[in-house]
Amino acid sequence: MSRQCEPGIKDERFAIIDQILARNGKSESMLIQNLEQIQHELGYLPEDIQSYLAEAMAMPLSKIYGVVTFYSLFTTEKIGKYKISVCLGTACYVKGSGEIMAEFERQLGIKTGQTTEDGRFTLEACRCLGACGLAPVLTVNGKVFGRLSTDDVAGIIAQFH
Amino acid sequence: MRSIEELTTIRDKHRGDVICRIERKAPTVKAGIGGGSEGSDSYRSHVLICAGTGCSSMESRLVSKNLREEIGRLGLDKEIKVIETGCFGFCNMGPIMVVYPEGTFYCQVQPQDVTVIAEEHLRQGKPVERLLYRHTKDGAGAASMEDIEFFKHQKRVALENCGRINPEDIEEYIGQNGYFALAKCLKEMSREDVIDAVKKSGVRGRGGAGFPTGMKWSFASGSKAEQKYVVCNADEGDPGAFMDRSVLEGDPHSVLEAMAIAGYAIGASHGYIYIRAEYPIAVERLRIAIRQAREYGVLGEGIFDTDFHFDVDIRLGAGAFVCGEETALLASTEGRRGEPRPRPPYPAVQGLFGRPTVINNVETLANIPKIIFRGWEWFAAMGTEKSKGTKVFALAGKINNIGLIEIPMGTTLRTIIYDIGGGIPKGKKFKAAQTGGPSGGCLTETHLDIPLDYDNLAAAGSMMGSGGLIVMDEDNCMVDIARFFLEFTQDESCGKCPPCRIGTKRMLEILNKITSGNGVMEDLDRLEVLAETIRDSSLCALGQTAPNPVLSTLKHFRSEYEAHIREKKCPAGVCQALLSYTIDPLKCKGCSLCARNCPAGAISGKIKEPYVIDQAKCVKCGECISRCKFGAISKG
Repeated sequence: MSRQCEPGIKDERFAIIDQILARNGKSESMLIQNLEQIQHELGYLPEDIQSYLAEAMAMPLSKIYGVVTFYSLFTTEKIGKYKISVCLGTACYVKGSGEIMAEFERQLGIKTGQTTEDGRFTLEACRCLGACGLAPVLTVNGKVFGRLSTDDVAGIIAQFH
Repeated sequence: MRSIEELTTIRDKHRGDVICRIERKAPTVKAGIGGGSEGSDSYRSHVLICAGTGCSSMESRLVSKNLREEIGRLGLDKEIKVIETGCFGFCNMGPIMVVYPEGTFYCQVQPQDVTVIAEEHLRQGKPVERLLYRHTKDGAGAASMEDIEFFKHQKRVALENCGRINPEDIEEYIGQNGYFALAKCLKEMSREDVIDAVKKSGVRGRGGAGFPTGMKWSFASGSKAEQKYVVCNADEGDPGAFMDRSVLEGDPHSVLEAMAIAGYAIGASHGYIYIRAEYPIAVERLRIAIRQAREYGVLGEGIFDTDFHFDVDIRLGAGAFVCGEETALLASTEGRRGEPRPRPPYPAVQGLFGRPTVINNVETLANIPKIIFRGWEWFAAMGTEKSKGTKVFALAGKINNIGLIEIPMGTTLRTIIYDIGGGIPKGKKFKAAQTGGPSGGCLTETHLDIPLDYDNLAAAGSMMGSGGLIVMDEDNCMVDIARFFLEFTQDESCGKCPPCRIGTKRMLEILNKITSGNGVMEDLDRLEVLAETIRDSSLCALGQTAPNPVLSTLKHFRSEYEAHIREKKCPAGVCQALLSYTIDPLKCKGCSLCARNCPAGAISGKIKEPYVIDQAKCVKCGECISRCKFGAISKG
């Protein structure tokens, strides 16, 4: 039994999980929705959250960990304040989104999937935002930037500094 | 709502939508008909604004908000109805606005443009010339939507209501004969009649493999079980395909109605829609649609006063391409890792929670209500001998008109690219079109005139797939494209079976080797042997089709592979490692800007004399090109 869920230890994150479970139920088929909503509230799914959820849903931790690591939507690490998602879908790729990604890596000094040391930016690749008419396209915390070229990279970073 | 009479009353109340947007006549204002001011007859004009993902990304929501305010200010809010719709399809012209009954098509409308539209068009009746679509040939403004080449060759069935109705209002759907197909099934047709009609229509699965939908339904219908399920596969994974999302954003009720029809046909009382979490607008519209369908009694207990019950729930996918494979999708819907399993047993026998299940793709389902309502003969009259109806394609990449198109099966690639798509930008040469996404292959110039259907695409070494159609021009490197797709499938391989897990990794390594200039000719043979093994021995379609992009580019563009290996050159100038950067001494002014910014210290020279790049030191980052103010540096 994991230490974090002994009674008496108060953690408001666990209260959020309890609320989500109360709303959605604890059946196995709701696991992905529960994880999705927990991540939405907490930002990421670290190990203590996973073990609390395992206890609460009466499910082995290994199963939860298996699901969390299988799907690309879930992350076990804290992400930056601004998440830059560069679309590497085919339509964007043939219009040069790979070069835009490389330019971000160069200017931010990190690789795809990493977070800058100051915790400001996380750079990630995403699969087709469905805004192919705007290709190449990226989002920063959901805000869409389209019809980009490598020249736009510095300006986008500056906007969030 | 319990009866067809009640359904008919609602439809009549929305007769104005049909008159204005389809028959294109100004409704004769008869306040009080149906629901008084609620009835759409009471508006003289309808303004439709796209609120799909593409246009929303370009602030179309702000456009409609501003327009409503402006109309209110002018006191026209009782005369003009403003509706946010799903996708019109012409995505690179967004945000799109269409004014009915004239059908005036405004494109790239900015939030500040609404003042002039409201004043000049909506009040004075004069279309705003500068916002009209311009014909590419003569630059003249298009008078209406039908006048535009992009729309002329299309035939909208699955997308019929997208861009025509408000997807968040079930009554607008009913106004277009929505839920009448379900009523017809429940009141007039036996389960067998429904399956028979779907079989005779000839509709095949639009998700990729093209299995006949009616057959699928009859297998599930024949399975004996207390509980069965209908699952809608909305896990649209092909990067660059967005038709399923657009249907769900623009016409969610058509999918719900079709699922209920499928439920009736196979004897299921529950359905699940498995949809990507990356589609927030579609998920939200589905939630609204399900809630309204329950309120109106077209989902739930005793639909249309029969003993048929049906309800639908949403399950979100969490970003795994393999979940588009049906057995993986079922595992994921049950809350597990989305790993496929061997078939048989097929889902029609043993599916969700071990019960018989029908899994249909969104676009397939969107066709069903129309097939039932208008009759299978109407549907079967469209298309080719073995591929009936229409197909939606997401046309993107190096093409002038980007967007969603729906065409009769059998339309040629030439029509798609040059008539609908308006050709290749900047006068570049067409090189290839990828269909079927990472599972498909490329079509080349030699395929421009074959009628596109399931069988011809398979014969050409590609596949229909879900309908992604990415156009590439002479600037795209086909080896790089093959590498791109393999990187995708390798990354998305679930890892359960070794041929896919290890095989795609080995293939990707070889392709990386070739694109970085270290390939040898034997690598091409190795690629082919590996491809064959992976295709024949992988557990599911992800692995079985993963080698297709490599095989097809090897077949049609072998010389490009050879140039990468033998001459260490990338003919399209894409593969960084094979490029060399040179300074033209005639153009170089000797300003030293490039040398000062070169991170590798590879550029040297004297001020006011031409600089040179030391090829041994150059890391090919391209910094010098972006710095040079005289265009003196070139790569190739």
